[in-house]
Amino acid sequence: MSNILVYALHFEGAINKNSLGAISAAAKLAGDLGGEAHVVLVGDDISDDTAASVGAYGATKAYRVNAAAGTAQPVVDALDQIASGGDYGYALFGGGLLGFEAGAGLAARRGGGIAVEVTGLTVDGGKLVAERPVLGDSQISKIGFKGFGVVVGRLNAFEATEGGSPAPVEDVTVELSKAAGQINVVTRGEQRGADVNIEDAQVLITGGRGLGKPESFSLAEDLAGAFGGNAAVAATRAAVDAGWFPYAGQIGQTGKTVAPKLYVGLGVSGAIQHKVGMQSAEAIVAINKDANAPIFDFADLGVVGDLHAITPALTEAIKAKKG
Amino acid sequence: MTKIVVLVKEVPDAAVNKQLDASTGRLVRSGERTLNPFDTHAIEAALQLKEGGELSVDEVVAVTIAPAGAEKTLNKAVALGADRSILLSDEGLAGSDVVATAYALAELVKRESPDLVLLGQQSDDGQSYAVGAAVAEYLGWPGLTQVVGLKVEGDKLRAERQAEYGYDTVEVTLPAVLSVGDAINEPRYPSLKAIMGAKKKPQEKLTLADAGIDASKVGADGSQAVWQSAEEPPAKAAGAIIEEDDVAAAVEQIVAWLDERKLV
Repeated sequence: MSNILVYALHFEGAINKNSLGAISAAAKLAGDLGGEAHVVLVGDDISDDTAASVGAYGATKAYRVNAAAGTAQPVVDALDQIASGGDYGYALFGGGLLGFEAGAGLAARRGGGIAVEVTGLTVDGGKLVAERPVLGDSQISKIGFKGFGVVVGRLNAFEATEGGSPAPVEDVTVELSKAAGQINVVTRGEQRGADVNIEDAQVLITGGRGLGKPESFSLAEDLAGAFGGNAAVAATRAAVDAGWFPYAGQIGQTGKTVAPKLYVGLGVSGAIQHKVGMQSAEAIVAINKDANAPIFDFADLGVVGDLHAITPALTEAIKAKKG
Repeated sequence: MTKIVVLVKEVPDAAVNKQLDASTGRLVRSGERTLNPFDTHAIEAALQLKEGGELSVDEVVAVTIAPAGAEKTLNKAVALGADRSILLSDEGLAGSDVVATAYALAELVKRESPDLVLLGQQSDDGQSYAVGAAVAEYLGWPGLTQVVGLKVEGDKLRAERQAEYGYDTVEVTLPAVLSVGDAINEPRYPSLKAIMGAKKKPQEKLTLADAGIDASKVGADGSQAVWQSAEEPPAKAAGAIIEEDDVAAAVEQIVAWLDERKLV
């Protein structure tokens, strides 16, 4: 038998949705392995209720570690110490930046292996097998582990299912490594730019780096305007990191997950980290001059051409159509 | 004085189709190869720290692990601004997973004892995002990944990155390992002089034995993650493609497509 440790990312009292999904997945898999899923929360402001709430997703124990949240080092220290003190064969992370970081650190410290961007997990012969899409999702690799296995899920890969009762909370004092003392979070979760709502829109016009300059977002605004009231403008991470668009309007791995009726990408390359946040859109249209852009592999309609010429003409045509 | 090691990787050229070996589930590492685009941002970040003057960087060393023949790719890293380079090449490394690769890289870093290690946040082929954090762990240093802003603040570095809830600002005391995203800077194009000069800069070639790396901890046998097989995902119907030569015609086709699906 083997138990599974799950790291629960949290911010301002709420546990991350992808962490909850990881807990539900771990609870089911631990059952198949004859063990249990236990959750580790690291932070200096975790309430009893927040910690215990992981039980509703299938965890049978919550370990609470009082240490600074927001960087990987204390998480690695905590998971390593707890894993050393019990029968734990695997650690599961819901994904995200800290999932990659702490997962990799934990695998290295415990002399284990790691699989990232995992979209599926099965038990085969008493061991976990992770499914990881590679090469632009054109292949799915199966990855097993000789010893301790760390699995980092892809965004939205695991669904949170509620049903259990609150889990008992155990406070654990963890001896932090020297590296943890060399790092200090100054600010966390800073919102940059206006608060825009992209999650409720039926039509999303998304601007990527291919727009070329921030002013070109007006092309996206105009096209959204032509579609009318249910349309909004969103952006890729590249455009947001470049300061062209507010963070609140970002789709993807470290942004929002959206599922509009129509998604139109303007100069969006379609990196996996973007795709995971919008692939549930009912119709995906991409306009990009780079015929090799990955977005053309999953767009329902791909237009290879100059968005700066096509978009204004498309805006006018849609206005005309709508009368 | 500060020394910076930049970890770089040779990857298949993005213009060339990447493939998996169906029998091993591993990437086929043949064909045209180039410097991982994300690593060019790490070299540029090192150069900007050097030119900024606040850190008084006296040396930037490019380090890679690659099969024989990667000298040319490593020269690209030098042309972009490294002062010298180190290539670890050994058949015993074939099949190393992320953690084993990070162990070997950390051993190479230890030989140089730099103050800062920089690398690209992801490789163009493997896309694990994980090597930097594992290298940091093996060194016992703090690690930060996906950094998109970097400033020197006294004896510390102030790094910015985007995480799940917005932007985080983190202070880190050196020595440390930082992986950078492509938004951190615009790498400069190397001058012809730099390209020509790169071939003359020192390039050290090492085997596992030369570097004192424990061969039992690398390669397929030394790796704990086992790539068992690869299969095709369920097929998705291919989308329609319009090659635009005439804007009006393309727009007409797009509108017709949207109209058919009642999306206008």
